[in-house]
This record gives sequence, C-alpha cells and structure tokens, in this order.
Amino acid sequence: MTLFLQQVVEGLGSGAIYATLALALVLIFRATGVINFGQGEMATLSAFLCWQLTAWGVSLGFAIAIAVAFSFLLGAAVERTIVRPVEQGDPLTLLVVTLGLFFVFNSIMRFFWGTTPHHLASIVPNTALNVAGVHLATQSLTTLGIVLAVALALYVLFSRTLLGIVLRAAATNPGESRLLGVNVNRMLMIGWGLAAAVGGLGGVLVAPGLGLQPTMMQVIIIFAFAGAALGGFDSPLGAVVGGLIVGVSQNLAATYIDAIGNELSVVVPFALIVAVLLVRPSGLFGTAAAGGRV
Amino acid sequence: MLLTADDLKAHYGAAPVLHDVSFGVREGEITVLLGANGAGKTTTLRAISGTVAVAGEISFDGRSLRGLAPERIAASGIAHVPQGRGTFTELTVEENLRLGGHRRSRAEVKNDVKHWYGVFPRLAERRGQRAGSLSGGEQQMLAIARALMSRPRLLLLDEPSLGLAPIITQELFRQLAEINRDSGTTMLIVEQNANLALRAASAAFVMETGRVVASGTAEALLSDDGVRRAYLGY
Repeated sequence: MTLFLQQVVEGLGSGAIYATLALALVLIFRATGVINFGQGEMATLSAFLCWQLTAWGVSLGFAIAIAVAFSFLLGAAVERTIVRPVEQGDPLTLLVVTLGLFFVFNSIMRFFWGTTPHHLASIVPNTALNVAGVHLATQSLTTLGIVLAVALALYVLFSRTLLGIVLRAAATNPGESRLLGVNVNRMLMIGWGLAAAVGGLGGVLVAPGLGLQPTMMQVIIIFAFAGAALGGFDSPLGAVVGGLIVGVSQNLAATYIDAIGNELSVVVPFALIVAVLLVRPSGLFGTAAAGGRV
Repeated sequence: MLLTADDLKAHYGAAPVLHDVSFGVREGEITVLLGANGAGKTTTLRAISGTVAVAGEISFDGRSLRGLAPERIAASGIAHVPQGRGTFTELTVEENLRLGGHRRSRAEVKNDVKHWYGVFPRLAERRGQRAGSLSGGEQQMLAIARALMSRPRLLLLDEPSLGLAPIITQELFRQLAEINRDSGTTMLIVEQNANLALRAASAAFVMETGRVVASGTAEALLSDDGVRRAYLGY
C-alpha cells in the first residue's frame, strides 16, 4: 500500500508538470483553435529569463514574477505579429507556424545560453516530508499546489468575471462578438498571453528539478498534449485532470507491470488515451464541438 | 434622420447584391425593411454593421461609418441581432446579458439585467441555463435583450420571426413596439411577416433584387395595393 501511494504521489508530481503545459495548450486552443507546438519552448525561454535575472542578482521571487509577466507579453506579441496574419487561413498553415515557433524559440535559447544545463534555484528547498511512510517531495507538492491554484484562478476568471465571459464569447463566436462591440483581436491576444504566462510559470517550476536547458520541455510537451487530449482540448479542468492521469498511470505501470518497466512506461498513458478517446472522442471534459475540430 | 444610407453597392463575388440602395431611418421610430428572399435585406443590415464591404455612404447621427470595424460601429451605438440570433450557446442566459453590456459599468449592467428579466420573465426563470438549451422564441428574446444591454441608439433585427410559431412572433412584435415606446430605441427590422411588421412600424421600405422599390409610412404601404399583393398575400 505504501508503495502504491508513493507511486501515486510521484505520478501526481510529474502529472502536475504535464498539467501546467496542458493548461497552456488548452487556453490557446480555446482562444484561437490552434495547437501551439511552440508552447514548451516558450515556457523554457521564460525559465531561462528567470535564471538570467537571478544571475544578475535579482531575487528569485521577483525574477519569477518578471518572467511570468514577460511570458504574458511574449504570448500576446506572438499572437499579434506571427499568428494573426495567418489566423483566417488554412489550419495547416497555422500548424506549421506554431511548429516554426518551436524552432525559433529553441534556437534563441541555444544562441544565448548554449546547451549545457543551468541550475535554476527552487522557491522551496528540495526536501521530502514523510507522511505515513510515503515520501512527499516538497518541490512536487509545490508544483501540484500551484497548478491547482492556477486552475482554480482560471476557472474563476472564465466563469465568474466579465473578462472571462468576453474571452469565451470571442473564442467561440468571433463574428457575433464583434457585433456586440467586442474587440476580438484584443481578446485573442489576451488568450495567448494568459496561456504563455501559465506555461512560463510551469517552466520556472520544473526547471530546478529537470535542469534548465533548451530541450527541457520537449518530452514534457508530448505528455502535455496527451493530457490535453485526454481531458478535452477545450476544457481547462480537463487539462489538469488529464495531465495528472497521464503522470500517475505512467508511474503505476512502470512499477506494477514487470513487462513494461521504465522504458515502455511512456506508452501506457497513450494506450489509455486511445481507449478513452474511442469512447469519448472529445475527451473526458471536452465538448463535442471541440472534439470535431481536433 | 438617425441613419442615412446613400447609393450602397455590394457584390458577393461577381454577383451584385445591392444597386444604389438609399434610405433613411428616423430617430425613435420602428422602420421595417420588406422584400423576398435574395432581395438584399440582410446585406443591407450587414453593410450598416460593417460586416460586409460596400461602396456608398452610411452616416449615423451625422457621422460616417465608412471604414469602421464592426466592433467600433457597435460601440458607436448600433446593435445588430443577426439572422439565427447570434446565440452564444455555451454561455448561460445571464452571461449572455452581461456580455451584451460589457462596455458599461457594473451597476448599470446589474440594473439593466434586472430590467430585462422583468420584461422577459422566461429569461429570468432560465438565467443559469446555457443559452443553447432555450427554445427558439426564448433565444430570440435573449438576443434582443442582449443587444439592448448595450443601450444602443439603433437596433438592427434580421428576421426575428424566423422559425418561430405565429403566436410567439405576434408576442415578439408586441414587445418590440412596447420597448420602442418605453425606451425610444430606434429599430430597423428586416422581416418576412410583412403584415405583423408593418402594424408595429411607423415607416417601411421594400427591396427587390437589390433595389429599393417602394417606401413610405407603414400605413401607406399597408394600404398600397401592389405592396399588399406582393408581400401581404391578400
């Protein structure tokens, strides 16, 4: 039982990381109906910026705040300058553009910081609490806590605030929203900004554990896609739950199914996703409309 | 005149849909725009709200709307309820109303939401439901209330009776006339149900294949034999 709980806890730890990026993917998908393949690299860039600021002597907390704010502006700027000109075009064009974002940001990071891992300090010391024989890593707990808090904040934003209502309206019915005087372009920019800020926060959170380097998010983003697909591409709640399920199932399979082991464990969440999507094509929490678009 | 249109011309691809359309909408009145399918009525409304490109001049309260983006035209006081009601199906009834008033202050919005719940009690009963779950008539009420939440000076309605039962349509026009009387909101209504629309309206004009072929007071058009035969069916 202890082993089981231990594996679940560790799965939640990695799942929380997937969930942050999945959340960022979902925010952009909701706003502009596009999957941003550059999301992981944008998040890593934020972590590098945070590292650079601390290297210049800025305190960690302040550096994180600046990095997250920068991510928001970066996301908004990417939407305004790179995505908007092709937004009305072919979905495949958009896809290629976001793939391009991946390479652009990856190259920028290699250029400025090289490929050797940097060490970004963590906001909490890396110790473990022992609860009934289960080791709880403080870093994972912090990440999990922050992800849940961000998800809750987004839920409140989208369901309770006027800005959230307008953001949803602009994303689902841009034409009708304009007739009501909504500046749809500005809302899409805010959507991208929010997504990039959430992703950037994720980058800052995972960098201490993973080692900060340009490739840091490249495997994680795959699992984030998986989590978003599992939860439903238009549901922030689904992204979080999906990300956590992917993390936990991966860990449990590696531990309990001998034939799978560590190497094959990455396959397990995907098998699970295929099974879920066969029954619910729009994901666990997605709406049918979005399922049709993915 | 609150709104004047001069020599509007529009094309869909190579096909012309508006030929030199000119008309005016007097402040405080309900004006109806009649005509068969394909006459260019919807295009005319879309020209006003800036959602279709036209040549010619449209001025609203003395200012030209030429080249303004739809959201700017909406912000200047023109609310357009498109055909199909533009329902935000994912949003609740109350969220739809708040969306309509998104440019106004919180207190004003709160007051107006209450006001429209009073006018349309069915909406009050369903305030927490997703708009997509409403009946056609309720969705039309919601679309009108949502548009009026912005306190527009001009309300454009595109075939509000489409898909509604006759008794609901009757009730809807009664309410539109009442809203016009109480708030003085100017309305330009595109409608197939000419009889009902003309009885609620002060002025009307008739379009045929992209041209205005008749115009006048609603009374005069109701008693015009040609109009009656062509659009009223008796």
